[in-house]
Amino acid sequence: MSSATLDTRQHPTADQASQWRLMWWAFRRHKLAVTGLIIVFLLYFIAAFAEVIAPYDPDLSNARAINHPPQGLHLIKTGPDGGWRFQPHVTAMAQKRDPMTLATTFAPDPTRTVDIEIFGKGAPVTMWGLFTVERRLIAPKVPGERFYLIGADRLGRDMLSRIIYGTRISMSIGLIGVAMSLVLGILLGGLSGYYGGWVDATVQRIVEFKLSMPTIPIWLGLSAALPQDWPPTWRYFAITVILSLIGWTELARVVRGRFLALRTEDFVVAARLDGCSQMRVIFRHMLPSMVSHIIASVSLAIPMMIIAETSLSFLGLGLLPPTISWGVLLKEAQNVRTIAEAPWLFSPGVAVCIAVLALNFLGDGMRDAADPYAQEGR
Amino acid sequence: MTAPLRPADLTAPAVIEVKNLVTEFATRHGPFRAVDDVSFSLKPGKTLCLVGESGSGKSVTARSILQIVDPPGRIVSGSVMLNRHLTARGAEAGIHSIDLAALNPRSAAIRAIRGRDIAMIFQEPMSSLSPVHTIGNQIGEAIRLHENVTKKEARARVIDLLRKVEIPNPDKTIDRYPFEYSGGMRQRAMIAMALACSPGVLIADEPTTALDVTTQAEILSLIKKLQDSEGMSVLFITHDMGVVAEIADEVAVMRYGKIVEQGETLAIFENPQHDYTKMLLGSVKQLDKPSPRRLARRAAHPPGETLLSVENLNKTFFIDSGSFFKTGEALKAVDGVTLTLRAGENLGIVGESGSGKSTLGRTIIRVYEANGGAINYTFRDGRTVDLAALKDRALAPARRDLRMVFQDPFASLNPRMTVAQIVGEPLLVNGLAQGEALKARVAELLGMVGLPASAMERYPHAFSGGQRQRIGIARAIALEPRIIIADEATSALDVSLRSQVLDLLLELQERLNLSFIFISHDIAVIRYFCDRIAVMYRGKIVEEGPTEEVCTHPRHAYTQSLLSAVPHPDPRMRGTRVRTRYREAP
Repeated sequence: MSSATLDTRQHPTADQASQWRLMWWAFRRHKLAVTGLIIVFLLYFIAAFAEVIAPYDPDLSNARAINHPPQGLHLIKTGPDGGWRFQPHVTAMAQKRDPMTLATTFAPDPTRTVDIEIFGKGAPVTMWGLFTVERRLIAPKVPGERFYLIGADRLGRDMLSRIIYGTRISMSIGLIGVAMSLVLGILLGGLSGYYGGWVDATVQRIVEFKLSMPTIPIWLGLSAALPQDWPPTWRYFAITVILSLIGWTELARVVRGRFLALRTEDFVVAARLDGCSQMRVIFRHMLPSMVSHIIASVSLAIPMMIIAETSLSFLGLGLLPPTISWGVLLKEAQNVRTIAEAPWLFSPGVAVCIAVLALNFLGDGMRDAADPYAQEGR
Repeated sequence: MTAPLRPADLTAPAVIEVKNLVTEFATRHGPFRAVDDVSFSLKPGKTLCLVGESGSGKSVTARSILQIVDPPGRIVSGSVMLNRHLTARGAEAGIHSIDLAALNPRSAAIRAIRGRDIAMIFQEPMSSLSPVHTIGNQIGEAIRLHENVTKKEARARVIDLLRKVEIPNPDKTIDRYPFEYSGGMRQRAMIAMALACSPGVLIADEPTTALDVTTQAEILSLIKKLQDSEGMSVLFITHDMGVVAEIADEVAVMRYGKIVEQGETLAIFENPQHDYTKMLLGSVKQLDKPSPRRLARRAAHPPGETLLSVENLNKTFFIDSGSFFKTGEALKAVDGVTLTLRAGENLGIVGESGSGKSTLGRTIIRVYEANGGAINYTFRDGRTVDLAALKDRALAPARRDLRMVFQDPFASLNPRMTVAQIVGEPLLVNGLAQGEALKARVAELLGMVGLPASAMERYPHAFSGGQRQRIGIARAIALEPRIIIADEATSALDVSLRSQVLDLLLELQERLNLSFIFISHDIAVIRYFCDRIAVMYRGKIVEEGPTEEVCTHPRHAYTQSLLSAVPHPDPRMRGTRVRTRYREAP
């Protein structure tokens, strides 16, 4: 019986479909993975265009909006005459101070609204350190007015803007960290799998040793060793290196396993007999068969990196303010008082959940689609 | 040892009556009918062979009877009547018929029938036994599931059963695990398990396909013997016409999910009505005798000078020093083999699995390093070089002259390259052609193996097994080689394709002046294709000579036992031959 992925009845062009086309067909059937792909794409889009998407500067504080609660976004505005028009807005909130406890509380003030404009003008910001933009995806119609869609933190900074800027660091640390692990993993795993013998034994013992060490104490130890006076960018790269030094082991195993499996495949033997050089056998015949598996394990490794960075920063040993990452933001929500008074400070945790779940679904789908030539049901 | 042919009584009542059975698999583009309106009946104490090529739906038919079709497959319509009162076992139970197709696949009713009234044995004896339980436990479980007996009684019954299926020392071997059994013993254990509750019907799904031919002969005669003593009906599924001729009382030929012809064995073999049956029998009978084309060619062009002479070749594998094995255990896969191949000659190497024949082929072409001996190859310019002594880099010129065709047409083509890239690869890396010239040469090569030039842009997955094997052959002849080592090149193909591929190889031999080393376990194929034959047993060549001479007058005891085990596709030959069994002198 023919396997369904290779069925010419479904795809009239299947005869000439390359590996990537077949993988895409197999991937597309995995609805959850496609959803994951869309979400991941959106997250990286947000990370890339954080300056335009975030309504405010993430470090812009406001003494009158300390722990300001979230304001609901309304789309339709009704006039006093009963007519209505499309006008996104939020209801403003008035600050009150309890005369007894001196605690501040916020209550909606139905008489005042903050109108929101799409692609309105905001404060000028330097995009990617290259040029200045003023337009924002959402901005208050009246310059200088403030709105807090998911609340503000203890310095009155807009959480939404902070989470959007945090996306940039958190999502990129996963990518860069995995890229570094990948180089190490492919190099060491490839050597191990291709040469075998004592090279293999040495690399595998190193991998086993690394896997046997508890990760969190190692991260803690290494990041504690970082000088506290390093600038944020140095620290960022140092943390990535630390994460990837631990993360390469899994990838090395995957690569080695594929090499071992492929080395004895008939078509690889045939390539050798065709007179291909060793380099050509590896790069023309073996690597293309592994790329899909590698991509799949990479997409499963990124969420691990994101979680690792979040945990480290949460413990105060990873990135430090003023750098903004989801972990740094969550550090603000470390105590019980926050849970009671400003639960919206947990919202970066929601962002972490969404990102990790989306990447995991994506990775699962990619792993299933990775070998379009495997028969169905195996 | 097999029983003589018995005339089947076509009017006798049936134990199992399958009527208009339809089994479909739900796919995303509509249902796929694996079994399409199939009707047959199985008579008490008789053997019905369901025969067909791969994908004909014969296994799904058998699984439908027991309602063990894997999802998304399901029985759509039709009935499977089990007439229990007609089985040897249920005779005392009174008249009792059940429609199995109407039962819920998970119901207690069908579970009570599986294993008890109808037992099944499968093709792969390793994967159908659980590796973590002893043989005794597994067979004992089958008994205790259906009958109320104590563990002790069950154990005694299991020992009895193992004795019945001729497993030596049953009181000791009962406590062994499947991995301690050989392939043939595992299949015997499976049969013992199937017999545990003395079923009225045994369904055997290709039970001997994974076994060597000598083991196959033993299992077949065991099934026959047990059938006679227990009065079972047997539904035997196979693709091998030789096996059908050995054991069947009746035959049903399947193709594309339909039964195209059924009837008594003799009638089918001697007077087939349907074109497909004729074609199937024709291709079986065409093999097993020398190809007339080859004989004509040899008469006109007798084999020339010696091209390749292998002297005292050794290849030893060292089982890795993994902690589970003793360190450095050596396995002599090729043990002092001496062979010669002359120009324009086909040398067959025949042997059972594990005899070292594939290793020999791969050592000659230096996929494996030889551990000793010489491989003397004479180049076109008359130079003779010992390939075994050459460094890997110095092998390039020899590897252009010696090429290989692989067994598995799926694994041997890189699925990520187009046919043009696969066939063109040796030309490209040897710097023989590029660009348009390469394209033209590939088209020419594809034409030589009978594929259209339009195949070039397609990927291997677009082709059937036979076509893929042709692509593999095109790759092998791309460098205008002189010797082709074909390692089980036709074993993965259906019988109707086998002779086509062999004829193609003979045609190429005439056009390109090729010599072949043809490695196979199938004597019929070797007899058709090869001029000389070397019989391998445990890494050694035990007998060598002209094919016809070895096949008709084998001298070595192993060759005799091998030849006597080969089933003949002629039911009239049944029981006329004495099967011998080779045991090595200690």
